[in-house]
Amino acid sequence: MVMSSRADEARPVGHRDDAGAGRPARKSPRATGVRNVRAHTYPYWFYAPAGIVYGLIFLVPTVISFYFAFTRWTLFESEFIGLDNFRQFFSEQALVSGLRNTLVYAVVTSGLKVVLGMLLAVLLTGPIRSRGLMRSVIFFPVLVSTVAVGITFSVLLQPDVGVVSTVLAKLGITAPDWLGDPATALLSVALVDVWKGVGLATLIYIAGILAIPRDYYEAVDVDGGGAWTKFRNVTVPLSRPATFTVILLSLIGGLRSFDLIWTMTGGGPGFSSDVIASIIYKTYQAGFFGLSTAGNVVLFILVTLIVYPLSRYFNSREVES
Amino acid sequence: MKISRSRLTIATVAAFALVPLAACSSSSDSSGSSGGKTEITLLTDNAETTVKPAKAVIAAFEKANPTITVKTETRPGGSDGDNLVKTKLSTGDMSDVFWYNSGSLLQALSPEKTLVDLTNDPALKDTDPSFLPAVTQNGKVYGAPWGTAMGGGILYNKDVYSQLGLSVPKTWAEFESNSDKIKAAGITPVLGTLKDTFTSQLYVLGDFHNVAASNPKWADDYTANKVKYATDPVALKGFQKAAEPKQKGWLNSSAGSLTFAQGIKQLAQGKAAQYPMLTFPISTLAPADAAKIGFFGIPGDDASTNGATIWEPGGQYIPKTSKNIDAAKKFVAFVASVAGTDAFSSAVPPTGPYLVKGSTLPDNAPPVATDMQAYIDSKTSTPALEFLSPVKGPSLEQIMVAVMTGQTAPQDGAAQYDSDVTKQAKQLGLPGW
Amino acid sequence: MRAARRTSLEVVAILVAAVVFIVPFIFMFVTASKNESESADLAFSLPTQWTVLDNIKEVFEARDGILFTAFRNSAILTVVSVTILVVVCAMVGYVIQRRPGRVANVANVLVLSGLIIPPAVVPTIWVLQQLHIFKTLPGLILVEVAFNMAFCVLLFRAFVAAIPRELDEAAMIDGCTGLSLFFRVIFPLLRPVTITVILTSSVFIFNDFVNPLYFLPGDENATVQLTLYNFLSQFNTQYNLLFMNIVLVTIPPLILFIFFNRKIVAGMTSGAVKG
Repeated sequence: MVMSSRADEARPVGHRDDAGAGRPARKSPRATGVRNVRAHTYPYWFYAPAGIVYGLIFLVPTVISFYFAFTRWTLFESEFIGLDNFRQFFSEQALVSGLRNTLVYAVVTSGLKVVLGMLLAVLLTGPIRSRGLMRSVIFFPVLVSTVAVGITFSVLLQPDVGVVSTVLAKLGITAPDWLGDPATALLSVALVDVWKGVGLATLIYIAGILAIPRDYYEAVDVDGGGAWTKFRNVTVPLSRPATFTVILLSLIGGLRSFDLIWTMTGGGPGFSSDVIASIIYKTYQAGFFGLSTAGNVVLFILVTLIVYPLSRYFNSREVES
Repeated sequence: MKISRSRLTIATVAAFALVPLAACSSSSDSSGSSGGKTEITLLTDNAETTVKPAKAVIAAFEKANPTITVKTETRPGGSDGDNLVKTKLSTGDMSDVFWYNSGSLLQALSPEKTLVDLTNDPALKDTDPSFLPAVTQNGKVYGAPWGTAMGGGILYNKDVYSQLGLSVPKTWAEFESNSDKIKAAGITPVLGTLKDTFTSQLYVLGDFHNVAASNPKWADDYTANKVKYATDPVALKGFQKAAEPKQKGWLNSSAGSLTFAQGIKQLAQGKAAQYPMLTFPISTLAPADAAKIGFFGIPGDDASTNGATIWEPGGQYIPKTSKNIDAAKKFVAFVASVAGTDAFSSAVPPTGPYLVKGSTLPDNAPPVATDMQAYIDSKTSTPALEFLSPVKGPSLEQIMVAVMTGQTAPQDGAAQYDSDVTKQAKQLGLPGW
Repeated sequence: MRAARRTSLEVVAILVAAVVFIVPFIFMFVTASKNESESADLAFSLPTQWTVLDNIKEVFEARDGILFTAFRNSAILTVVSVTILVVVCAMVGYVIQRRPGRVANVANVLVLSGLIIPPAVVPTIWVLQQLHIFKTLPGLILVEVAFNMAFCVLLFRAFVAAIPRELDEAAMIDGCTGLSLFFRVIFPLLRPVTITVILTSSVFIFNDFVNPLYFLPGDENATVQLTLYNFLSQFNTQYNLLFMNIVLVTIPPLILFIFFNRKIVAGMTSGAVKG
């Protein structure tokens, strides 16, 4: 603030922003001066280039989706049909199971990422020689194209001939048809999602664990507690911010997930691994643009209903602790 | 109304804008060394099984017509290809001849506005009349066939059948007892390849011959929204037949993640005996393998009406915007003639009959082609529903996979498909829905 | 005794993790090096004959060299989108951090929404059609810019907070304002975060599959991820070429990762934590 006032003296007051500002004024001249300098130094039009693109390509479509979701739409003309699209959405068995699958997928992936991410992080912050290399190895899948991962794993998970099945067969286990059996398809894709994404969770946890002051662990040592006590009473509670971050990130990703599911199962067999995002794509492909947009609105509501309260809650908890 | 008119104007303007360019290039061509040659362009899909024979046919055509050269362009298959064809037609950018589907996909191109009317045209003199309904709209004929018809029914391993002493089933009950015997012999009776979801539809689409046999007007009634799969006991059978292999333990355990390329190989190796599918994948097999596989239509209840459902060949069409309509017609006529089909067979062995008068299958044609020819010759074949009715829902594949894997009961699957169709008909604004 | 058991447990855990995370990549590479019939077995084995170069040649020749087009398109898409992103997001991150108030609050809300809200697909197509940029590379570039903006603004905002305001003041005394202050003084100081933004958003955009699928369909405009997806049906039985394609598509991120490991990790985790 001191700085700004000096700048105020150094520079004449702007001429077009505020006509009255240069005169001895009723308001504090310093306050208006600061505002003027700010307008010069940090001009609002800096928002413009980003704002135009964001507004046009992201905000406008989001807003108009709330109209087109209530229409039968060919992209050239639309006919208002009230709630019909939503009624369709919730009456069709396939679409309802898509809603359930979306939730299952999001919960399973974020749960596993929390658990595995934390365990791997504990392992890789311990006194292990190859931990730098291991961190890289676990993180690299995050950077690999989802389509490539999807194709590779659908080959690895093939029944009878796939690598996973052959290895399990050698151990005397008959593997299921991971992606071809309606009972396992969605969970198999979720596992691959965890494989690809757990690296990020691990690194977030590593950052969180390294930020825990050593004193806490030393205190446990003094009390004669072992590794388990340290993990339970220090690591888990004190890496809570990392847990929140991982949960939020993987929920947002999991609820919107499309590309991995699409490359691995296409939502099948039947509708057993369809999620809202793949239904949006399928209805779009089939030319049901209104219905597809209604799917988008459903997803919007679902994500907002889950993520927004959760992040409010996490924020309040973080402030407490 | 307004929108469509202004779009039309744009299309027309675009078409006119293209005229000088096209004129320039063709005149510079003819003034070049090629002297007096006409060049026409041909658009096909990019599948290996289309591109190869197209080259062979063009070579034969250019030999027979030295003054015309044909240049090919390719387009993707599937819905991308559909959109591309529509765009090219509406912007006046279409090749002189294009190869595309017949039946309901042709109807979607608004042929009256975009395509040259070939009714009674000499270009169709060798075309088998049974093909014409698939390329006719409001009494006008727009295309000639290219390539072969396909059968949609059951591919079977002839070696397995003869080893077990089985004969081709004429009724569904015979099919059931065959399958039980095959299972007892330790061979997979029925193959499913649901990774390629489209293969699941064959149970319903391939069963159409039986539906039409019980009610010849079924297709028209269906278009008019008078009959439904879920409420017509004969039509419902297709869904029930799809569920049976899983229920009775005939279906391969890997059905959920097998592709049709893998499936057809297993069938040729005799690991599986019967495979409900279209006949086209046969052309991807080595001749020795293809020789092991035969074809029969999905059997119904009555042996006396036994027959098969066939998919018509694709059509060759000429856009109204073509500058070389005469040369284009010559090419179309050549492809749909004995000389054309012979050239076609030289590149890819036919997997079904050509619907061209006087054309015979070569000696090396695989058994599926001769099996199908027999159905056509005995007039016990019915075109698939998509050649008779524009009504088709987009989700049949997924619904059928769910039925085949036992997630959905056949009755429910049929009802789901009916509502899927209704949804589509409403979106398209079809009359009566 | 206990410590020994613990270390052996750790060794086992690390071995398992190593196998789980490395085997798929080895599988990609060996399958990409096999000939066609051998690759069709899908087995995890060394090729009897290494045909790496032949496969590379063949995969580039397939379908009239569509992979060349795809790599060119993806390169243009990534470079142009990232350039725009860096410039416009740095400007926003700077103003949003330096000038708190109602406008900044609105902007912050919009940034958060951008992170959370799934884009409305068909309406976006409709907007692009109205602008006559649907199915064009510039259209897709704008989409990538819009959809990646929130994340980049977050990174810049956090970094700007660490630059002392005194610098702005000093520059102002020298007569710099607005644009020149930003680009002459601030932007160079943002270099570390700029590099992070470039790396992370390059990886995102290069790997993006969904947006090209929706907004740039068609063979002539294919991006590498789309060709990969299309190869699935095209190379039905040619697994060696399919996996060669996978390997080729994985190389650019691998190179970035080898050279800028720390930067990428920092970008992804810090962006995540702040979000």
